[in-house]
Amino acid sequence: MATETLAGAAQDAGHQAAAHVALGLVDQLPLLLVLAPFCAAPLIVLIGVRRLSWALAYGAVTASFVMSIFVLMRVIGGDVISYHLGGWAPPLGIEYRVDSANAFVLFLVTGIATVVMPYARVSILAEMGERHLTLFYACFLLCFTGLLGVAITGDAFNVFVFLEVSSLSTYVLIAAGAERDRRALTAAYDYLIMGTIGATFFVIGLGLLYMATGTLNMADIADRIADQTGNRTVRAAFAFIVVGIGLKAAIYPLHLWLPNAYTYAPSAVTVFLAATATKVAIYVLMRFMFSVFQPEYLFEVKTLEFIILPLAILAMFAASLIAVFQTDLKRLLAYSSLAQIGYMLLGIGLLSETGLTAAIAHLFNHGITKAALFMGVGALVLRYGNSFCDRIAGAGKTMPWTSAAMVIGGLSLIGVPGTAGFVSKWVLVQAALEAGWWPLAILIVFSSLLAVIYVWKMVEALYLSQPAEDIVVHEAPMAMLVPLWIMAGACIWFGLDTDLTLGASISAAKGLIEGSAGMADVAGLVVR
Amino acid sequence: MAVDWVEYVIGHLNYWLFTTLMMTGLYIVVAKGNFVKKIIGLNIFQTSVFMLYISMGKVTGGTAPIFPLDMNIDPNVVYSNPLPHVLILTAIVVGIATTSLGLALIVRIREEFGTIEEEDILLIETAMSAEETRLHGGTMGGRA
Repeated sequence: MATETLAGAAQDAGHQAAAHVALGLVDQLPLLLVLAPFCAAPLIVLIGVRRLSWALAYGAVTASFVMSIFVLMRVIGGDVISYHLGGWAPPLGIEYRVDSANAFVLFLVTGIATVVMPYARVSILAEMGERHLTLFYACFLLCFTGLLGVAITGDAFNVFVFLEVSSLSTYVLIAAGAERDRRALTAAYDYLIMGTIGATFFVIGLGLLYMATGTLNMADIADRIADQTGNRTVRAAFAFIVVGIGLKAAIYPLHLWLPNAYTYAPSAVTVFLAATATKVAIYVLMRFMFSVFQPEYLFEVKTLEFIILPLAILAMFAASLIAVFQTDLKRLLAYSSLAQIGYMLLGIGLLSETGLTAAIAHLFNHGITKAALFMGVGALVLRYGNSFCDRIAGAGKTMPWTSAAMVIGGLSLIGVPGTAGFVSKWVLVQAALEAGWWPLAILIVFSSLLAVIYVWKMVEALYLSQPAEDIVVHEAPMAMLVPLWIMAGACIWFGLDTDLTLGASISAAKGLIEGSAGMADVAGLVVR
Repeated sequence: MAVDWVEYVIGHLNYWLFTTLMMTGLYIVVAKGNFVKKIIGLNIFQTSVFMLYISMGKVTGGTAPIFPLDMNIDPNVVYSNPLPHVLILTAIVVGIATTSLGLALIVRIREEFGTIEEEDILLIETAMSAEETRLHGGTMGGRA
């Protein structure tokens, strides 16, 4: 296998691309990262020992996490790793291309999974029983593999394949919630229908792109459609891809699968999906909008300005408003997720480097924030049986640690200074002002006020309500508290120390906004 | 004029068929209340994409992309493009997986709900959430 390191700017990439680097294990990391969970999944089923299944899954996830840190360290300065599968050079062979944007997403996905696993062991056992544990963890790993693959690959068709690997296992994971509530089954079924329609739209888009270019490598496509601005096939491809991925990312009017799926899935699954799945879809959206299609295209600018931006604002307000009226905390947070996806889309829609920085930073910050909140809700579900506001009333006294962590997550969700949510919203407001659209900045602040209402609703239930007298509960088990507090701590840590998040986001945004040109150059060099 | 029009339709015949199948499939998914019928619609929808890809690989006058055993390839022979077919092989596998998973879910839904009609299930779910509202209060803290 041949691995080539493409250093920084495209001009000096040429010299390095020609030289084949010796094949150390480090050079194989981009592949091993995906391969570890992918191999562990069937292994778990084959071994079939319930106790071992969790340990194996945890081992694979941790291995991926460590590898993703290495990969992130290598590319954070602006380098690009181009890994050729089986030594077949792109554009004919499949290429894994890692730059700061997807290394950061990989870091988020693997990091969340590593923290969720210990949490899942207790939570899943309580919510699902022991019967299907091996199959559950196998599905979890496949879902994880799919998300990693979507993020890392530089081959457009590979995105579809991995997308379906993760989607199919996600349907199963959501349906696993049927042990607790049978509506999980219909939620999974709805998601299956909508997810498949989305994925099929995406393939149609890819087919049209292939017709226009005759290649599937993203960089190569970008290169070849650069001069086809008026081509209607390319425009149709863009529309199909945006709608298809939009369904996966739950862009506002395409979100109908999300609230039920998040509400009825097992708590650990909700944590994982809310923190990673939609984020990866948003990343794919950015990758296609900025690296494959050119932002200079008039139709793309129009799409962003007249479709994505209004929908983002609609999501921010409508979803927040719906969240305010929910009685189930899990559903409340699901709707708030939709609103937060609106912020990311807003960053993308502003079509500037600052906007993209905000989108990527928010993608990460919202990931950890929602993970903390949903973990807290999962702990409440474990002790109280469900997460209705009146049921968990007074949990601040009976489960002080869980409640405190949830409040931190809530503050980060609102965007209070000192928390992760503030950092990305601040950059987003900056981006709006930079674009000269000051009403947008005001809208961002107003929609954050809506977040205050629904977070306050949560705080009120936890701290200010009288507990029902017949319920006696105690604090959540350590295995759940520790991951919860790691996430809550991360919310504060990344709110104070923004080197990693903003550094990676700025570098990623730079790569994306210059992306089309940069990718095309590099691709041209790789071909030789 | 009329000839142009006919040529336009016949020249893009595969696209017309693709569009028709796609719309048929989508319509079934949206309009039918029976869960199995929805899955069938989804299948038709996916099949339309297979057709798009497979017709894409056809090169006019091209033959099957199979090289002779002795690898003496005649440069005058035009081969069709095999890549879209290979891609769609993957998509077919995905389609089968989706269909089987969907059907498995339907079996479980039937076990739990006793029906696979969307309307009936909607009724049951509405009743369930009404019960939840009664137990835990509706919106606005149970006062509205």
